[in-house]
This record gives sequence, structure tokens and C-alpha cells, in this order.
Amino acid sequence: MKALVAIKRVVDYNIQVRVKADGSNVDIDGVKMGINPFDENAIEEAIRLKEKGIVTEIVAVTIGGAANQDILRHALAMGADRAMLVETQETLHSLGVAKVLKALVEREQPQLILLGKQAIDDDAGQTGQMLAALLKLPQATYASQITIEGNQATVVREIDGGTQTLAVSLPAVITADLRLNEPRYVKLPNLMMARKKPLENVPLDSLSVSLTHNVQQLKVATPPERPAGIMVKDVNELLSKLRTHEGIIG
Amino acid sequence: MRTLIIAEHNGQHLNEQVARAVTAAQQWQQPVDVLIAAAQPDALAAQAATLQGVSSVLVASDAALQHPTAEHLADIIVPLAANYTVVLAAHSAFSKNVLPRVAALLDVNMLSDVLEIVNTNTYVRGIYAGNVLATVQNRDAIQVLTVRGSKFAAAATGAAAEVKAITTPAAPAGSRWISEAFNKSERPALTAAKVVVSGGRALGSADAFAQVIAPLADKLHAAIGASRAAVDAGYAPNDLQVGQTGVVVAPELYIAVGISGAIQHAYGMKDSKVVVAINQDPEAQIFKIADYGLVADLFEVVPQLTAAL
Repeated sequence: MKALVAIKRVVDYNIQVRVKADGSNVDIDGVKMGINPFDENAIEEAIRLKEKGIVTEIVAVTIGGAANQDILRHALAMGADRAMLVETQETLHSLGVAKVLKALVEREQPQLILLGKQAIDDDAGQTGQMLAALLKLPQATYASQITIEGNQATVVREIDGGTQTLAVSLPAVITADLRLNEPRYVKLPNLMMARKKPLENVPLDSLSVSLTHNVQQLKVATPPERPAGIMVKDVNELLSKLRTHEGIIG
Repeated sequence: MRTLIIAEHNGQHLNEQVARAVTAAQQWQQPVDVLIAAAQPDALAAQAATLQGVSSVLVASDAALQHPTAEHLADIIVPLAANYTVVLAAHSAFSKNVLPRVAALLDVNMLSDVLEIVNTNTYVRGIYAGNVLATVQNRDAIQVLTVRGSKFAAAATGAAAEVKAITTPAAPAGSRWISEAFNKSERPALTAAKVVVSGGRALGSADAFAQVIAPLADKLHAAIGASRAAVDAGYAPNDLQVGQTGVVVAPELYIAVGISGAIQHAYGMKDSKVVVAINQDPEAQIFKIADYGLVADLFEVVPQLTAAL
């Protein structure tokens, strides 16, 4: 079966972004970018399913400017077979992204659609569920284990307080949680080989997706910092400090 | 027009976050309805009806709702939306699974984990693991959002809203619940606890995690949390993870033991009223957000602290 994996290019997770002086947006000029960590889990899972002989072809897709080719090359180097970049300079929110991905799914007809559970830049966590809704397909979010037999995926999901197991019929949309797998390192020869794999540019206009721009970021700000705390020298001092907060400890 | 709250519950009890969502919903100054979708909804509906600020409780009843799927819930909610300009829920694994599906079926955008409602279509929410606060406007006709419960007080009880049954579509094929495994615990729920004791990678093993953290949590009647590093290393189950990709908590007292305080962990706990950090590394990030910091060997001082309580 064919798997389509949607990935996003985000600021590296180790970097603490700064707000521009005018508060219009975050300043990401010259900041290290990379593939969204959960999306890397999604690619890794598709590759493992291919290694098990369940998936036969992996298509990695993303949306954005030409710079996004680097994460697609990364996905190809990990083991995806081909890649598609829907090129646009527009800022799309989750619903817009889901609409573009829907057009790609209709074109590619994958049986398995994998995404990360959330992007670590906007922390929205909506795209997978929205894509499933638009395609009228079953969804299984926050997957920590995926087992595919025939036309059905059994998915263990991370939920508040424990885990839940769902069976979804394919095609379905599944979003990856961190503990689904540990993504492999990309070796240099694979990165070289990935350059020969097909990477198709798909102009956004060619997909005839109608997008609205009803969500607008008005401003950004740095959250107020917690006032500086104090260092205590031992447990007794800590306890006496805590006891000054009425009711916190007995 | 009206506001609809999607209530989370475990079959017997309303989640305590529902009362917080009711408070958030008052911002629109229009009638607030609460949807209970359950196999046996009567007791749940009665609980919701007592929440002050609720106009009516809508009850969707179906055997399949013993373990509802996102698909089934969305099919129940979407037809109701014609009467509503706001659909909201407290942010949780439950709501963030269901509401994006609802929003897309309604062809509207959604805003997740809203911290502050500025006006009827403008919100403040965290981006980049809460390191940046974004003010965002949504001009869609129906506002779909999840709110961070800890930012809103719980609505008082004592009211008696009317309870109305609604037509419930059958569960769609394609998705089937198989099982659930909850980590059984006598402790308070992580999101509701007044005190949280969290352990990090410095604990070094699952045994040490249990032997050091649990007795302190017992003394304080606290919930236990963990950093992502501790969960990834297998010291604690994943549902205890506090942070950007886990649970967000805001207790009266948060004690971070052997936690470095990475950005993504801070996201999950920095709204706690009092933060105590115990770490051997004086340079650890956690000391920047702690009210009280103790640089020490956790294996020495945590048992001391436990004994002194």
C-alpha cells in the first residue's frame, strides 16, 4: 500500500525564538530550521512499515517556500521514495493545510496517511484531525503503536491517564506521538542518494483549493517572566520558606 | 445565539475541567449549553445542570457512547452547530482529538489551548512551547476553541438547568474502540492536584523514581509528574509527562526533582503558584523559573524532606 506522510519545516526544537521589536511576529531570520520532530516519527513509521513489506511506496509532502526542499530531502534520505512540495509563500493555518493535503491525497490515493501529532511552532495539533474530517476518513491520533493487518490498522493511542486502542479501517489518517518510534539517523551516503530521488514541485494554484484567511495573528509578545526565586541552603530552610505560604504544606 | 460546551467525562463523573470551560464561556454573554454524550447520561447530565451559568444540558445517548470515537462525537456535534456561534471545550487529549474534526466539518478554523479570551473573536495563546504569546483573531462565523482550564476558575454549583434529549446519529463505521488501559492510582489526577511532585532523568532508573518520588508525593497528597526525559527513559509512564507534548499543570505547589527544566517542560508547569526545584546542577534552567531552589543531591535531600513533613 502507498503511504503519504505530511511534514512541516519548523524552528529547531533546541532554539528559543525571540519576538521582533515591533511585536509583529517572531524573529526566525537565520535561525536553524528542521523537520518537526513528530513528523520525523511519522516518516520513520512509514519506513518501518515498508521494511515489514506492508507499505510499498512512501510519498513525503510539505507546503511552503523553496527552502522546504531541505526537509523533503531529509525524508528521502531517511527512506521515503519520492517527495512533493506544494510551493506557496502564503501563511496557512491548520484548516488551509488540511485542504491542500486533501487535494494531494485525492491525487495520490494513499491507503495510509501519516502526520505528526502537532507542530512545535504553532502547537495547534489540528491538521491530522481536520484532514481526516475533510476526507471523511477515520482518524487515530497520538499513536504510540501501529499494527496493520489487511485493511485495518490497530492503533494504541496516548490519552490522558493511559492508553486507548482503536481499530480503524484503511484508508485512515494516523498522527504520530513521540514514543511511536525512534527516528533513524541519516547517513551522508543516503543524503547523497536522496538527491537522485524525485522531488516534484506542485504550484498551489494547480490544486484548485479555495483558502480563506480568517485567522490573523495580531501581535506577539514575550510572556511575563516569573520573578527571580531564591536559593535555599538546605531542607530546613526550604520547609520554613514553604510554610510561609499558607496552606501549601502542613 | 448560543455557546456550546463539549463535556468530557469518564462515564460516571464530569471532568472537573468542564466547570472551568463554563466560566470561559461566560465571556460571550449569551446562553451556554453543555453537551453530554454518553451511554448512560442521566447522572452526568444532572451534574452538568448544577453548574451556574449553564442554560441547558443537551443529552446524546447511545450505547456506542460508552467509548465514543472522535468520528461519532463530531457527527453528533456538527448538526447542532447551526444554533451556535461558539463551540468550546477545556483543552485535553479528549477535546483536541474531537474539536479539530468538528471545525473542519463546519469549514471553520479552530484555536487550541487558549489562555485568555480578549473579546468574542480574539484570543491569546502560547506558541513555541509557550515562549511566545500570540494574540490571534478568528473571523469565522463559528468560533471553535479549546481553553486551558487552569486559566479559568471553576463555575460554582447550585443551579438547576433544564435537560433536553437530542437526536443521536448512529456511530459511523470505520473506527472501533477496542480497549483502554489506565494507570491505576490512588493519587489525585495530575491536572487537578494541588501539589505535584515531578521527577526527571537524574533519578536514573524506574526503581529510584518510585523509591524517591512516591514517598514524598504520599506525604503531600500529591500527584506524580515526570519530565519527557524521564518518560522516554522508561522511569515513568507516558501519561505522567508534564510539558509541551504532555500534560499542562498549574498546582499550588510544584516540586521538580532532578529536572533540568528544558523549554518544553517549563511549558507544562510554569503557571504553578510556587515552584521548588531540587537539582545537583546549579546551572540548570529550572532554577530560573523556581521560587525556591536547592542545589543538592536529590537522593540525600528528598528523603530528608519526606521525613521532615
